[in-house]
Amino acid sequence: MSRFFADARLVAAKDLRIEARSRVLLNQVAPFALLVLVLFGFALDADQRTLRAFAPGLFWVAVLFCALLAIQRSVSVEQADGALTGLRLSGMSPAALFVGKASAVFVQLVVLEVLLTAGIIVLYGSEVEQPLLVVATGLLAAVAVACTGTLYGALASGLGVRETLLPILLLPVLAPVLIGATRAFDDALGNAAVDGWAWLGLLAVFAVVATAGGALAHGALVDE
Amino acid sequence: MVELNAAVALLGRFPALTGVDLRIEAGETILLQGPNGAGKTTLLRLCAGLLAPESGTVTVLGHDLTAGSERRAVRRRVALLGHSTGLYEDLTVAENVRFWARAAGLDAELSVERVVGALQRLGLDDGLLDLPVHRLSAGQRRRTSLAALVVRRPELWLLDEPHAGLDQAGRSVVDKLIGDAVAAGGTVVVSSHELERVRTLSPRVVTLAGGAVHRDTSP
Repeated sequence: MSRFFADARLVAAKDLRIEARSRVLLNQVAPFALLVLVLFGFALDADQRTLRAFAPGLFWVAVLFCALLAIQRSVSVEQADGALTGLRLSGMSPAALFVGKASAVFVQLVVLEVLLTAGIIVLYGSEVEQPLLVVATGLLAAVAVACTGTLYGALASGLGVRETLLPILLLPVLAPVLIGATRAFDDALGNAAVDGWAWLGLLAVFAVVATAGGALAHGALVDE
Repeated sequence: MVELNAAVALLGRFPALTGVDLRIEAGETILLQGPNGAGKTTLLRLCAGLLAPESGTVTVLGHDLTAGSERRAVRRRVALLGHSTGLYEDLTVAENVRFWARAAGLDAELSVERVVGALQRLGLDDGLLDLPVHRLSAGQRRRTSLAALVVRRPELWLLDEPHAGLDQAGRSVVDKLIGDAVAAGGTVVVSSHELERVRTLSPRVVTLAGGAVHRDTSP
């Protein structure tokens, strides 16, 4: 078991080091995330009351768009010069590889969520009424998106058309995360009288299923 | 060590190997040759446990590779140098080689020691160690890729065009590496189009054609 976690940590650290060097998150994905928020503002006529009302949904749509970029980047790092073959030959457990890759995406998503939270506060005038619910929602949704995305990224790369296929495969599957996280944020930002903690339960179930299912299925996708 | 009996392997639906019979003894070096599309690369990938035989039997280092668990088990004991380098562009030479050492299960302390040794054996200058891979020449990348294999100390070496992209000094380093591997008791399979060069490494030449062994000769 210690080997499993050592391998997962090794892969996650490697992906994050590559990310820190290439600065794709900082220089490309983060500006894209903020641009999406600004464009939503233009589309909704910059009416701050409307923007505040729709902020949770806009926030999570922006997160999903950015997640697609982060996941495609995570996949392409292994595909660029045959590194995935090396990982298969290393004898590393596919489940450990999955956990490592998903962990690195998770960290990047959390960074983007922090940035986007600041974005909706500054640009849309949103107010955080329940910080704990915001944090819990952000973390659970990030786990769900990172694990599902890593699994579907492996699936799409195996089919050889990942750039176009991944969004079509992944976004419908993530619809429950979008709905649950948006409802939880509605409560946390004081937008609607819903029980955000109950929606958090849905996110928790999705996150557990995505993690376990991903760890089990990843081997079949990358191993043969 | 390596034994294939009527081994058939598919690439998609295309039969890349149509029935290979081949036996390689421990400590032996063999040269694989044949025209493009003869099945050389597929044969190496099959022996590395990356492909499952469609029919026939493949036994490598005592593992029957018809079983998925056996293919996974054998991978850690072989080194495959393919056409791609398997390196991460944004990591340095030292970081890449260290990563692959750790991924192969070496602990941090041992991996540092072996990484230093491997980089020296491959003639990689100290000044290159902290350079990101995207700043290396093709030959330097090839050497780095080989260094990442050397640290694993595999029992079976599967080298697909190992001299490709290397200058004269680099080719000599690869020849010495193969010699050292054999001296250490390793088994080496080299696929190459540069027959004159690789003939000096081994008397046994196996020629593939149409996905099967066409000739197996010791001149």
